[in-house]
Amino acid sequence: MFLKQLSVFLENREGRVKDVLKVLKDNDINIVSLSLADSSDYGLLRLIVDYPKKSKEILSENGFTAVLNDVIVVKIAHKAGKLQEVLEVLCECNVNIEYMYALSTGSDDASIVIKASDIEKAAKAIEESSLEIVSKAEIRSM
Amino acid sequence: MIWNETKECMGRDEMTALQSARLVKTVDRVYHNVEFYRKKMQAVGLEPGDIKDIEDLNKLPFTTKADLRDNYPFGLFAVPNNQIVRIHASSGTTGKATVVGYTRKDLDIWSECVARAMTMAGVGRDDIIQIAYGYGLFTGGLGAHAGAEKIGATVVPMSTGNTKKLTTMMKDFGATAIACTPSYLMHIAEVLEEENAIGDIKLKAAICGAEPWTDNMRNTIEAKLGIKAYDIYGLSEIMGPGVACDCQYHRGLHVYEDHFVPEVLDTETLEPLGEDEVGELAFTTITKEGIPLIRYRTRDLTSISRGKCDCGRTLCRLSRFKGRSDDMLIIRGVNVFPSQIEAALLEMSGTTPYYMMIVDRVNNLDTLEVQVELDEKTFSDEMGNLDAYAKKIGHVIQQAIGLAAKITLVEPKSIERSMGKAVHVIDKRKLV
Ligand SMILES: [Zn+2]
Repeated sequence: MFLKQLSVFLENREGRVKDVLKVLKDNDINIVSLSLADSSDYGLLRLIVDYPKKSKEILSENGFTAVLNDVIVVKIAHKAGKLQEVLEVLCECNVNIEYMYALSTGSDDASIVIKASDIEKAAKAIEESSLEIVSKAEIRSM
Repeated sequence: MIWNETKECMGRDEMTALQSARLVKTVDRVYHNVEFYRKKMQAVGLEPGDIKDIEDLNKLPFTTKADLRDNYPFGLFAVPNNQIVRIHASSGTTGKATVVGYTRKDLDIWSECVARAMTMAGVGRDDIIQIAYGYGLFTGGLGAHAGAEKIGATVVPMSTGNTKKLTTMMKDFGATAIACTPSYLMHIAEVLEEENAIGDIKLKAAICGAEPWTDNMRNTIEAKLGIKAYDIYGLSEIMGPGVACDCQYHRGLHVYEDHFVPEVLDTETLEPLGEDEVGELAFTTITKEGIPLIRYRTRDLTSISRGKCDCGRTLCRLSRFKGRSDDMLIIRGVNVFPSQIEAALLEMSGTTPYYMMIVDRVNNLDTLEVQVELDEKTFSDEMGNLDAYAKKIGHVIQQAIGLAAKITLVEPKSIERSMGKAVHVIDKRKLV
């Protein structure tokens, strides 16, 4: 029910995001979604890829600081109020969202990547609702 | 004006006789009262009677900062604690402070030396002087303060930190002199320029020390403020500010030799060097009671000149400091060793991440940035955790060195590795 997200530490130097993407591309890793957070001094690149473990190893070998952590990816239909529904479910079970970002999963729907304060609780609440969690297999088929 | 003409203009033979007599007494005292020196002398088969005059100085063993640390806090004191009336301390290489103690007579001599320096700078009883060194464990504030009081000047104990208040009082009080670090004075000059207030001040002299500076910096300060600036030298182990000071001819810093005997040593062999040869400066205190030090190695590189100066003083002169024989940095007047940063990082995370200190001077104030390489153990997918990690590093470093540093997290292996000895410092300050 969780997906592994790959996080990479980046200095605010020209071309560092490009460097990461090149390493992944050269190793045939498909990036399904990414988000970049930054402060004045450094950046944090978060990625959903088809083969996260392999990606992490490759990046470490290439001198990047990368870690894997669990996130939940929830499918949301292209309809008004869908994201609101997800947030309500999480709010009801008292889980905080650390961050989230979107990915496109098809023409009819999108998905949202969520890092929650209590990921077990969050996943359970979503599974018990009418919402749908995206699986590893689905990611690989994208 | 010369504060103490008898001592400052003493003939060489007379000075040598005075130094010899005082050295013999000092050696006798440390042999009998300080176990450290007794053992060191016994180890090389020396007895107090073997030291008959100043020529015998080079028979004596050296003292280093590490010796002070190993005997922390009071192990090198030569008097019982009830005779110590003041303690000062400066940061050491490994977190442990270097502690010094003063008897009442030591404080008298200290203020006498600072009084000589202030007089050398043309400051006297008619002057209003702002002391803008830090007051506290650091010797700068209280040391300069006592000397200024001794000459009868009106002393304004500003300490550091509030430049606005300092410039306001400088104008309102009509301050005629200031004692502070040269970089702080540059900063003050710029603030006054911004305030368009250079014309409103009555300042005529500055006594600057606690960090290295150049003739160029002195000229700039003098031109900007329309004053005369003087260089005062000292170190807490020997006494504090006032071990040496330069006169209006700026031909080197006159050492108060009747209290501190300087030697310049070959950095390899540690053999004493001749006049005008550059080496490591060492001092032997010959009047100090609290913590007399024999041949204390300062790590400062300089040379000694002995010819008579145009000011009339016969005291020998130290040339401009040429750097240090160790890796100590002076940042905003504070002594900082890279090993302190290393120890702090080690204590915090159990391993030492690769780091680099970048020292610079922005708007005439020293800045310190510490770059720390992030590894997978400390990396987090959450920005807040990274910020907290950087903040924590900043906190432990401030605890260790007493200075705020900007912490920048960088990628692993992004700090350049040197082939030989690890380089942990980039000093961008240009002292030209
Ligand atoms: Zn002179």
